[in-house]
Amino acid sequence: MTMSPTSTVEKSVVSAVVDTLEKLYGEPLKQLDSLIKATGLPVYRDPKSGALLWVDVREMRLRFTLSVNKLEKFVEGLQRGRLMYTQCKMCGAKYFPPQVDCPRCKTSDVEWRETSTEGELITWTVINVKPASFSHHSDYVVGIVKMPDGFNVTAWIDADPKALKPGMKVRLVVDRRLGENYITYWFKPA
Amino acid sequence: MRKVAVVGVGTSRFGNRADVSLPELAWEAVKEALDDARLGPEDVQGFVVGNVGGWSSEALPAVVVGEYCGLVPKSGIRVEAACATGSAAVRTAYHMIASGEADIVTAIGVEKMYESPTPTVVEFIGRAGNYLWEFENFGLTFPGYYALYATAYMHRYGATEEDLCKVAVKNHYYGSLNPKAQFQRAITVEECLNSRYVAWPLKLYDSSPITDGASAVILASEEAAKKLTDTPVWIKAIGYANGTANLSKRPDFIGLEAAQVAAKMAYKKAGIDPENPAKYLDVADVHDCFTIAEIMAYEDLGFAKRGEGYKLIREGQTYIGGLIPVNVDGGLKAKGHPIGATGVSMIAELTKQLRQQVERGRQAPVKSGMALAHNIGGTGHYAFVTILSLTA
Repeated sequence: MTMSPTSTVEKSVVSAVVDTLEKLYGEPLKQLDSLIKATGLPVYRDPKSGALLWVDVREMRLRFTLSVNKLEKFVEGLQRGRLMYTQCKMCGAKYFPPQVDCPRCKTSDVEWRETSTEGELITWTVINVKPASFSHHSDYVVGIVKMPDGFNVTAWIDADPKALKPGMKVRLVVDRRLGENYITYWFKPA
Repeated sequence: MRKVAVVGVGTSRFGNRADVSLPELAWEAVKEALDDARLGPEDVQGFVVGNVGGWSSEALPAVVVGEYCGLVPKSGIRVEAACATGSAAVRTAYHMIASGEADIVTAIGVEKMYESPTPTVVEFIGRAGNYLWEFENFGLTFPGYYALYATAYMHRYGATEEDLCKVAVKNHYYGSLNPKAQFQRAITVEECLNSRYVAWPLKLYDSSPITDGASAVILASEEAAKKLTDTPVWIKAIGYANGTANLSKRPDFIGLEAAQVAAKMAYKKAGIDPENPAKYLDVADVHDCFTIAEIMAYEDLGFAKRGEGYKLIREGQTYIGGLIPVNVDGGLKAKGHPIGATGVSMIAELTKQLRQQVERGRQAPVKSGMALAHNIGGTGHYAFVTILSLTA
């Protein structure tokens, strides 16, 4: 697994996911079409159980639009190759993922700060069975890293999983992810 | 607060239930529970439906179930607490009676996961955390979240993949004795060890399956219960707590804090010594969505000391005849895990255990007359510990 950025011929995350969904659902949709043509109904008998099934003809697509309006500094940070967190000016509480409201103080006055670039690996897993929207990747490692700043960060670990050990030092990278071409962050062995 | 008893229980067969729709599936459980309590739908004063959905077509499952089961115009609502949704339904119904608002209420858990293709279900369950900071950018899956705990636990305490598989072997064994379980076949440690990784170090056989299923319990006030049955099973205590959405904010990865808090609360209410709860309990159903979750449950519930949970399964202490029988219905692992129904089915199963009505070979000896259900939503995002008792 390598995640270093490469040239501009990179496939985007959007087209990668669209391709996957077409592969997964394109063929069954064609079959559904011929079923309706042949029988007049979107109904078939499940070969395994013998049960009669109605296939929903009203497909719904889900794609959410999330507000990151208050996290503009975080977004800007990624564009400048930095990972940003927030700190409450009143009580000093540090937040990662960053949040602009401090529930302890009931205030919304935070300072945006850059995280350290090195941390310690606490735990990790290898995602072997991937969500469809990630299936264009080979198996990837997700870990939780303890930062000296006083919080943990969840992210991919760009390393051979066999070489990983609890407590090992890892270095933060903020860059375009290979195969998706959008900016995110990950760790690699320091 | 008034006392509350379970007076009727019902559970559908779990598995791929292409043969029934969501309300038909719910009715299988509701009918059995009503028959068990010798009641009709008209006797029920309110209902709570546990359903997570997303993967199934009905957006308003409580309304659809209410109509089909003849419960309208009685008030019904849907509740959600991820994989602990069923316990949330039971808790809500419990409070409706304990508060004096109603005398007979049913909690119904129902889930139809096979209405969507597997990749859609994987996609939905992977979002059971914090969407933007865990799923959108890092593609965590449900086994992936628990695998983060498994890696940390195994490194810290020396538990092995074989130890985890022993949980699967036990639960498949008991599932093979439960006619309603999704998996009816016992497995060996070797079969489990040879299964493919889904989220290293967790394998396919460490994981609970995608399941359709329903379960219903009918709860009653003390006065109503005494008229309805000679063997009421009392809800002695319910403990509950939550964990952070982001796993990165957890204090450690060797146990679930929410489960520890919920257990402490339940033990205090029930008068159980938290240092030795196994002494008070005849049987327990714990949330084994993955084998590591059962091992952590032993410790979070105080059946074993921290870091020694895997030794319980190594020594066979959670089989019938051991320290405390755990998941003798097959657990989520083999009975199946219809998300919203699981918690209700634990209460249904334990009620039958205490009444000594379960199949041969998996009936726990009833001595103290108390049983425990441990139901976790997400990866320790929600926790419910419910104590049932033969004495009020």
